[in-house]
Amino acid sequence: MTGGFADPSIQSAWGFRAAMMAMARPGDILKVAGAQAPEPVSVAAAVLLLVLCDPETPVWLAPSHDSVALRRWIAFHTGAPVVEARGDAVFALGAWDSLLPLGGYRIGTAEYPDRSATLIVEMNALRGDGAVLTGPGIADAARLSLPDVAAFRANRALFPLGLDFFFTCGDRLAALPRSTVVAQAAEVV
Amino acid sequence: MNDYNFAYLDEQTKRMIRRAILKALAVPGYQVPFASREMPMPYGWGTGGVQVSAACLVPEDRLKVIDQGADDTTNAVSIRRFFERTAGVATTGRTRDATLIQTRHRIPEEPLTRDQILVYQVPIPEPLRFLEPRETETRKMHSLEEYGLVHVKLYEDIARHGQIATSYAYPVKVEGRYVMDPSPIPKFDNPKLESAAVQLFGAGREQRIYALPPHCKVVSLDFEDHPFEASKADHACDLCGSATSYLDEVIVDDAGGRMFVCSDTDYCETRRDAGHLGRLSASGPVTTGQEDAA
Amino acid sequence: MYVAVKGGERAIENAHAWLAEERRGDPAVPELSVAQIRAQMALAVNRVMAEGSLYDPDLAALAIKQARGDLIEAVFLIRAYRTTLPRFGSSRPVETADMRCDRRISATFKDAPGGQVLGPTFDYTHRLLDFKLAAEGEVPPAPRADTQPGAVPHITDFLNRDGLIQTEEPSNAAPPDLTRQPLEFPANRALRLQALTRGDEGFVLGLAYSTQRGYARNHAFVGELRIGRVPVEMEVPELGFTIQIGEVELTECETVNQFAGSKTEPAQFTRGYGLVFGQTERKAISMALVDRALRWRELGEDDLGAPAQDEEFVLSHCDNIQATGFLEHIKLPHYVDFQSELELVRRLRAEAAAGKEAAE
Repeated sequence: MTGGFADPSIQSAWGFRAAMMAMARPGDILKVAGAQAPEPVSVAAAVLLLVLCDPETPVWLAPSHDSVALRRWIAFHTGAPVVEARGDAVFALGAWDSLLPLGGYRIGTAEYPDRSATLIVEMNALRGDGAVLTGPGIADAARLSLPDVAAFRANRALFPLGLDFFFTCGDRLAALPRSTVVAQAAEVV
Repeated sequence: MNDYNFAYLDEQTKRMIRRAILKALAVPGYQVPFASREMPMPYGWGTGGVQVSAACLVPEDRLKVIDQGADDTTNAVSIRRFFERTAGVATTGRTRDATLIQTRHRIPEEPLTRDQILVYQVPIPEPLRFLEPRETETRKMHSLEEYGLVHVKLYEDIARHGQIATSYAYPVKVEGRYVMDPSPIPKFDNPKLESAAVQLFGAGREQRIYALPPHCKVVSLDFEDHPFEASKADHACDLCGSATSYLDEVIVDDAGGRMFVCSDTDYCETRRDAGHLGRLSASGPVTTGQEDAA
Repeated sequence: MYVAVKGGERAIENAHAWLAEERRGDPAVPELSVAQIRAQMALAVNRVMAEGSLYDPDLAALAIKQARGDLIEAVFLIRAYRTTLPRFGSSRPVETADMRCDRRISATFKDAPGGQVLGPTFDYTHRLLDFKLAAEGEVPPAPRADTQPGAVPHITDFLNRDGLIQTEEPSNAAPPDLTRQPLEFPANRALRLQALTRGDEGFVLGLAYSTQRGYARNHAFVGELRIGRVPVEMEVPELGFTIQIGEVELTECETVNQFAGSKTEPAQFTRGYGLVFGQTERKAISMALVDRALRWRELGEDDLGAPAQDEEFVLSHCDNIQATGFLEHIKLPHYVDFQSELELVRRLRAEAAAGKEAAE
């Protein structure tokens, strides 16, 4: 089975550094490399799966991405169980529309807000424009071509509970933690 | 290199720590439980910081390790050597050259930049622990944002001493939500917690990881009539003349003689290299940077 | 005049060299072999295996040698090694009823099927220094008897047959593992037992003793103490059946404790349980007493505020590797924090003096 890391400890370290910097600095777009999962999974999403998933992290695949080939790839390369209910997932992967509604994912508990899902959202485009981001990790304001605004606002309202997001497109990724305040570009101008 | 995996930890352990770091960054100031591993160094000697650093390091990193602000304290030397051997990374004493800095008890004087990571070694991550020893209780307090106890403690200080008598590990509130222990840094360093760098906190024995993303709002707890004050010894460094750096007091003879020197050794050396002089610079054979096997 | 302390690396290397020399001791005295430690310091080896959570007498003996006989240091070496080992799978639960017992005693019955077997115990030795051992004399072989055929049933099973002792609900749930998951409270009994069996012998002993002296006294009888070897089996999915992968020596202690009961439920004895690697009966008995004390909630007893009843207190402090690390870390430099305290105390004193002057 192909598409895994040739040098797992080093490539995982690179992949994680990018993922961490993306989560630390919402809106920043970073490049990753080294993994290739079955279509239509992007390189960046494949890297995230390899870096973060293992037998301890149930994964939910949205219909846009669910396939026998991908399930096999995940099982072989990560050992993560693919679950049928999004509410059981630690990670979910898919296109934005296919991942909706967000209400079914785990958002953590008041005592353990970390026990929440992280969604890997596959995008057709990922650019530093569009919605305006402010909050931890952002000096003044950042911009990111988010697929929605209201959904992320509703998620922010749950803080410190809530979902965290990676956005992936080709070999690039960005992140949006629950702590980020999202506004329409027009509202800010 | 050697028989160990890159940066010592196995991949599964690194993934577990990495997931905890991501959640820690997503909820600034909240302590994420993680299954800390037994490291080949004692608990309380930086096992949390070492595990966080191991999970973050890439081969291209330049690592700096400081203890009490100094690169050459024995435990800093020991940890630096551990990563030289297990990760093969380059090391440096220069703050500005480092990409990842592991620290115990200090934040470097020189402002950190957006491409740097600062990893703190944390002994007791729970800021409420000395007020309430039970984890079950403190967890509840954090969940309910019930921080009255800390304020009561600080207020009792004022009642007894006329001021807040906490001089290190001074509690902060992060983004208006979680009260956080900044690790036992002197309160002089608290303002530096608002930084362009990524700051990660690892407590191995207590099994907690927490984080401050860049530019995170970090407010030292205080009262309107007793505002927080970042204090230090009222002297300038006797070697480099800096009036703004945190100072160590060094006893130099048995007649009560003393001098004050920067605790951040790199900061001090950089200033001296640039020609800055302190009170004792010209007066005698001030020798630092020489080998002296203890 | 002022020399910043440098050369930490060389100092560390020199310290290690000196340590190695001290470890070896007088070169005129023959060096200890790992085999000698394993064979002749077996109880030390057992303790290191138990608290190190790794059943490997050779490695434990090596650790003791390396640690110069400091058993907590040896436990530390074993723990640090253990975490680097890959996990191939889990064994089936061991069946202590199938134990080949070297020792098996019950304090609750004069005799029982399977018999009372004293085994190799210090119990009735008079603690007189044996100067013959100083002369390195060989000992004559102990008398031998054939082992009794058949299984040795648990004493508590006899009580159970009559409903006199509370039944433990069997469970097939995978027990939690505090070496893989962060400790979380409240802990279930399996997790508490794991913490106790790895816990420091002295700490667990002290807690157990406190329950005997009235801090949550629950009046324990040693229903049974047995020491012996049990087979370890593992299911191999590829093969589709169970194979024996080895044998471990264990000490098991079941205590029979004060009865619980109410108007609706008839009185019944309750249990405490201890299971520890190797011949480690002080630890196993201690563990059973502390286990029983920690069960107050599930058995509907009162929280008497005793240390041994306090799960968070016990579990957070029983691990000697955590404890010794944190205790000893205070010898690391803390001068930065001390300096901040120094400034604070000076300021407080100056202000107090100024206030006094102003008042006068």
